[in-house]
Amino acid sequence: MIAFEIILLVFLIICAIATCFAENLFSTVMIFESYSAIMCVIWLLLRSPDLAITEAAVGAGVTGVLFYITLKNVKQLKEEDEPDEE
Amino acid sequence: MKNNRFVSALVRFMDGEVSFEPKAKEEEIRRESTHKEKTVAERYYKWYEKSGYQTFKSAYIVAAVLIASIIIGALLLTVSYLPPYGEYANPVNNEVTERYIEKGMEETGAVNIVAGVILDYRAFDTFGESCVLFVASCSVMMLMKKGKKGKTEEMLENYNPKRDPVLKSLAKVLVPFNLMLGIYVVLNGHLSPGGGFSGGAIMGASLILFSSAFGYRKVRPILTEKVIKIVTFVSLTFYAVAKGYSFFTGANHLHSIINPGTPGRIISAGLILPLNIAVGFVVTMTMYSFYALFTKEEI
Repeated sequence: MIAFEIILLVFLIICAIATCFAENLFSTVMIFESYSAIMCVIWLLLRSPDLAITEAAVGAGVTGVLFYITLKNVKQLKEEDEPDEE
Repeated sequence: MKNNRFVSALVRFMDGEVSFEPKAKEEEIRRESTHKEKTVAERYYKWYEKSGYQTFKSAYIVAAVLIASIIIGALLLTVSYLPPYGEYANPVNNEVTERYIEKGMEETGAVNIVAGVILDYRAFDTFGESCVLFVASCSVMMLMKKGKKGKTEEMLENYNPKRDPVLKSLAKVLVPFNLMLGIYVVLNGHLSPGGGFSGGAIMGASLILFSSAFGYRKVRPILTEKVIKIVTFVSLTFYAVAKGYSFFTGANHLHSIINPGTPGRIISAGLILPLNIAVGFVVTMTMYSFYALFTKEEI
């Protein structure tokens, strides 16, 4: 179990550093969300399931969506291709 | 004029765009300076063009490193003063924690001690948090909402999602279960992990998924701006009144008609269940209104 915790913590640190050095903002948000997902598991291992649920819903869910919308509004996301007319 | 130029140069530097055209700029300056005296700003600008930029850049790096190392040093120094981990005499192990763990279930009626703490002993803190959410959604509404009242249907049509079969069929499966999970987490807040905030966040996330998959047209008949305002207001008022009553009677040693009930039952724990529902409503509405205002600048 300790090995599992160490792996998770190492992943956490890697995610935190990669958030700073990611190539574009889209992948930054992606890595940030995976950070939240790992943090959620760590909360579970620390026996605080309350926080784990909140972290999963807010950190990995809603915050990411808000970030994506903001990126789209400031034109940092590539516009999706026009859908084919059917 | 000069000042503006300096500002724009600074902005370009901040953007990481460092390419200047010194020759053209210098010529411009010379042309302008022939027929009038040099002002301070002008001279500063010229110095900036010649050598100031490099000086500024190196000073910037040195200052950044210096400030960062000072802050890191201060934080590490603070950490070294913390008491050792796991000692019995640490300030964490005081009579408050003991009381929560030993008498929490008896006094509040909640099996989940966390819910008992945040919605009974520390209920005013949670009230403050809900108010923070309310204020946040109010400010987002003020900042993002367009002044025009009532957009035309064609304008809103632009915000409809593009045809995405994967998202739609996934949302069809996920949204009901997600909503159910959120309601379960809210209603069982006093029995199992979770509570108003977590459950509200799950419900808000599923509403966001629904709205992004099927468009505003499906959500609009139920969730209008008015509904969101009224629900948030009623929940917050209910919270304030209910908890105010409880604090008034408890603090003045009056007889309270609310009894904790049998711990473990779904209808027990006195006010915790209704307060959880109120917080859940506030969080759900805040999450959804954030999403709606960010995407289409209207709820």
